Amino acid sequence: MAIDMRQFHQTFFEESLEGLAGMETELLHLEKAANDSGQENVQADPEILNTIFRGAHSIKGGSSTFGFNEVAAFAHVLESRLDALREGKILPNRQVIGLLLLAVDCLRNLILSAKTGQAVDKPSIEAVYTHLERLENENAESTVINNSSTVVAPPKSSSWRIVFQPQRRLFHTGNDPARVLRELAALGSLKVQLNAADLPAWEQMNPEECYLAWDLELTGNVTRDMIQEVFEWVINDSRLEITPNLPHAARVETIAAKEAAIVDAHNGSIRVSIPKVDALINMVGELVITQSMLSQLAAQFTLENLPKLFIGLAQLERNTRELQESVMRIRMLPLSFAFNRFPRMVRDMSEKLGKQVELYISGEQTELDKTVIERINDPLVHLVRNCLDHGIESPAERIAAGKSAVGKIELKAYQKGGNVVIEIRDDGHGLQHERIFAKAVERGLINPEAKLSPEEIAEIIFLPGFSTAETVSDISGRGVGMDIVRNNIRGLGGNVEIASHSGTGICFTVRLPLTLAILDGLSVLIGSHTYILPLVSIVESVRVRPELISRPAGGGELFSLRKEYLPFIRLHKLFGIEPRSPDLNQGLLVVVEADGKKAGLYVDDLLGQQQVVIKSLETHYRKVDGISAATILGDGTVAMILDVAGLIRMAHTGGVRFIMEDRHHMPVTVNAASAPNLN
Amino acid sequence: MHTAPVLHHRTLSSHEEQFLTFRLDGQEYGIAILKVQEIKGWDKITPIPNSPAYMRGVLNLRGVIVPIIDLRLRFGLSEAKRDAFTVIIVVNIGGRLAGIVVDSVSDVINVTAEQHCAAPEYEGQQNREFISGLAQIDDKLLILLDIDRLVYPETLDEVEAAAPIAAMQ
Repeated sequence: MAIDMRQFHQTFFEESLEGLAGMETELLHLEKAANDSGQENVQADPEILNTIFRGAHSIKGGSSTFGFNEVAAFAHVLESRLDALREGKILPNRQVIGLLLLAVDCLRNLILSAKTGQAVDKPSIEAVYTHLERLENENAESTVINNSSTVVAPPKSSSWRIVFQPQRRLFHTGNDPARVLRELAALGSLKVQLNAADLPAWEQMNPEECYLAWDLELTGNVTRDMIQEVFEWVINDSRLEITPNLPHAARVETIAAKEAAIVDAHNGSIRVSIPKVDALINMVGELVITQSMLSQLAAQFTLENLPKLFIGLAQLERNTRELQESVMRIRMLPLSFAFNRFPRMVRDMSEKLGKQVELYISGEQTELDKTVIERINDPLVHLVRNCLDHGIESPAERIAAGKSAVGKIELKAYQKGGNVVIEIRDDGHGLQHERIFAKAVERGLINPEAKLSPEEIAEIIFLPGFSTAETVSDISGRGVGMDIVRNNIRGLGGNVEIASHSGTGICFTVRLPLTLAILDGLSVLIGSHTYILPLVSIVESVRVRPELISRPAGGGELFSLRKEYLPFIRLHKLFGIEPRSPDLNQGLLVVVEADGKKAGLYVDDLLGQQQVVIKSLETHYRKVDGISAATILGDGTVAMILDVAGLIRMAHTGGVRFIMEDRHHMPVTVNAASAPNLN
Repeated sequence: MHTAPVLHHRTLSSHEEQFLTFRLDGQEYGIAILKVQEIKGWDKITPIPNSPAYMRGVLNLRGVIVPIIDLRLRFGLSEAKRDAFTVIIVVNIGGRLAGIVVDSVSDVINVTAEQHCAAPEYEGQQNREFISGLAQIDDKLLILLDIDRLVYPETLDEVEAAAPIAAMQ
C-alpha cells in the first residue's frame, strides 16, 4: 500500500553529501572574502549565502520526508542561522564560519550514520547544536543590529514505543483497535508490528473476541499525554505500555541503513551529466541508421555496390568506436570530486599546525575513471598532508628564509597522452637530505657508509617504516604513509615521482591511466602467440642489428640505441617460448618506457594497433609476473597484455643487473636490509 | 560437442551423492556434480607464460577468461594425444571458474554412503591430498577427487614448488 521510501534513500544520501560538499566550498569562499576585505563587520555576498542556504534547506526537506528526524532537526537550526546571516543579523566572521563548518561536519556525520547505521558522536553534535542555537543571541549582543525575530525552536521530535494488547472482550465494549491505530497515525509517523501469537486455531476461534496485539512505534512531535488520550476509551480493557524510544534515529534506521550500505558496496551508483547521456543517444541513433543502411545494401547486393559496402562498414566501425568512447565517458568523473575536500582540509590543518597556507587548485575538470578517482583519494590526501606537515615551514622560518609568510600548495591536474597527471607542489624547504639519510640509518634502513645520490635519497621516503617528523602528529609522521601511497598508485596502474629543490619546495607527480577498462595496444608476435603491448609505454620500434648488442660481464644484454644503452630483453627467453627464427635480424625491438626506465623488448613481429578490452586474469586465476591482464581478440582467442613495468623489473631481478641503471641498485639493497621491518 | 551421459532419474536418498565420472589414463575418477558447470570440447587455449606445465593456459568462455588445467600433467601422468573424446570440464568453485582437461567423460553415478570409503594410505603416493575418497561401483574402483583443492590457485602454487620432486620419482 505505502510506497517503500527506502528505494529513494540512496539518492537522498548522495544528494545530501553532494550538497554538503557544496556548502563547505561556499563557506570557505565566504571566509576568504571576509579575510581578504580585512574588516570584521562585512556583509556576506548574498549569492554565496543563498547557495549555502539552499543546500541546508534541501537536506532539511529530504531528511524529514524520509524520517531522518535528527538530521532534519539539525538542518533546521542550521538553516535558521543561515537565514539570520542572510538577513544580516549575524555577521560572517571567522568564528561564525568556523562554527558553520563544524555544523556541516555534524550534519555529514548524522547523514552518514543514517546511511551506514553507525553510531554518531552524540555529545559533540549536541555541543555544536547548542552553540548554533545560542549563536544568534550572542551575536546580537555583540553587534548593534536590532534582533527582533524570535528564535524558532526546532521541533523536538520524539519517538515512543507502545505495546498495545487489548483484552479479548474489547469488541464487546464497542471499541475498534483499527480506529485507535488510525488516530495514532495522525499524530506522527507510525510503525505497526502485529503480534498474533495468541491467535488460536481456526476451529477454536470466537469471532467476537480480540486475539491480536500490536507493537507500535510512533515518531513525531508527540507527548505522552497525547498518546494516552488516544487510548482513553480502551485503556480499561487493555494492557498498555508507553515507553520513550530515545536513540530512535540510531535504532529505527539501523536496519534500513545497513541494508542500504550492503547494497551500496555492491552496486554504487553514478550520476551522469545529461549531455553525456544525450551524446550516447545520438550515437545509438547513428548506429541504427548505419545498421539499416547496411542491411538494405545486403538485401539487394550486387558487385557494383561493393564500394558502398566498404563505406558502410567504415561508418559502422566509426560508430562503434564513438559509442564505445561515450560509454567509457559515462564512467568518467571530473577530478573535482577528489579535489573538493582539500580546501577545507588545508584550512583546518594549517590552523592546527600554526602555519599559513594557501591552496591553489587547477585542472579539476580533468576527467578520470570513477574507480580511479575513488581510489586515488586517500593517496592524494596523504601527499597533501605531507606537504602541509613536512614541506611548508612555520611563518617565522619562512620569513627567516626570505619567503612570504604564507606558504603555497598547488594541486594541478592535466591530461597527457593516455595518462592523467596530478601534481602536488609546495614551496616549502624541500627534502632535507641529511636528515632523511640520518633517519634512515637510525632506523636501520640503509648502511651508514652508503653513498646515495639525491634521487636515491628521495626514494628512501617511499620505504616502509620511514618517517622524519620529530614528533608523531595525528596529521602525518607515523611512517606508514609513503610506501602505501606508492603501492596504491601502482595498484591503479600509475606511478608517483618526487622532485625536490632544496629550499624552494617539493613536487609529487602522480601519473594515472585514464581508464581501467580499455587499452590502446600494439599486438606483437612472440613465437606463435599474440601478445598486447600497451601503446602508452611504447617509444619506438627498431630493427635489431646483432652488432649493436653487447654482453657486459655479470650477465644481461645491452642494446646500443643512438648512444643510449638499453637493457635488451628477449621475451622468448623470459616466457620460455621458442622464437620464430633464431636470426635476430628477423625480429624487431620495441623500445618501451615505464617508471622512467627504458628497455628494449625483442619480439618476432608487430601485428598491428588495436583497442582491447581488459579482462582480469585474477578473477579466475591469479597474478602472473610480466602479464597485467588478458583480452579477447577478434577471432575469439585470448591474448595476454604485457606489464611493461613488471617485465623491466623481472629483467632486473632475474639475476640480470644493468650497469647503466645505477639508481635501481639502491632499492634492492635497501629492501633487503629493511625486510625485517616489513613484518 | 558431447552429449551429456543419460541421467538416471531417481530420487537421491540423503546418503547419496552424484558424481560426474571421467577417465584419465585408464582410471575412472569422479567429481561432485554440483561443482560442474559445463562440459566443453577442446578449443584453442592461450598459454600463460611462467606457469607450471599442467597449467595449459586460458580459454575464452563466452567472454570470461578461464584457466585450463591438464589433469594428466597435474597428476604427473604422461601427456596424451588429444582426440575426439578429449574434453574440458568447467568447474565452478565458489564463483571461480576453472577448466580441467580429461581423456573422456563417462557417466553420472550415484554413490551411497556404503559404497564410499576413505582412501587408504599407501606408499609412493603423491596426490593424496586431492583424493577425497574411494568408491566401489560394480567391481570397479572410482577415485573421488576433491576438486576444490585441485584447482584452487593457492594449492597450485604449492604443487608448483613440489613439482620437481614429483618429477624425479
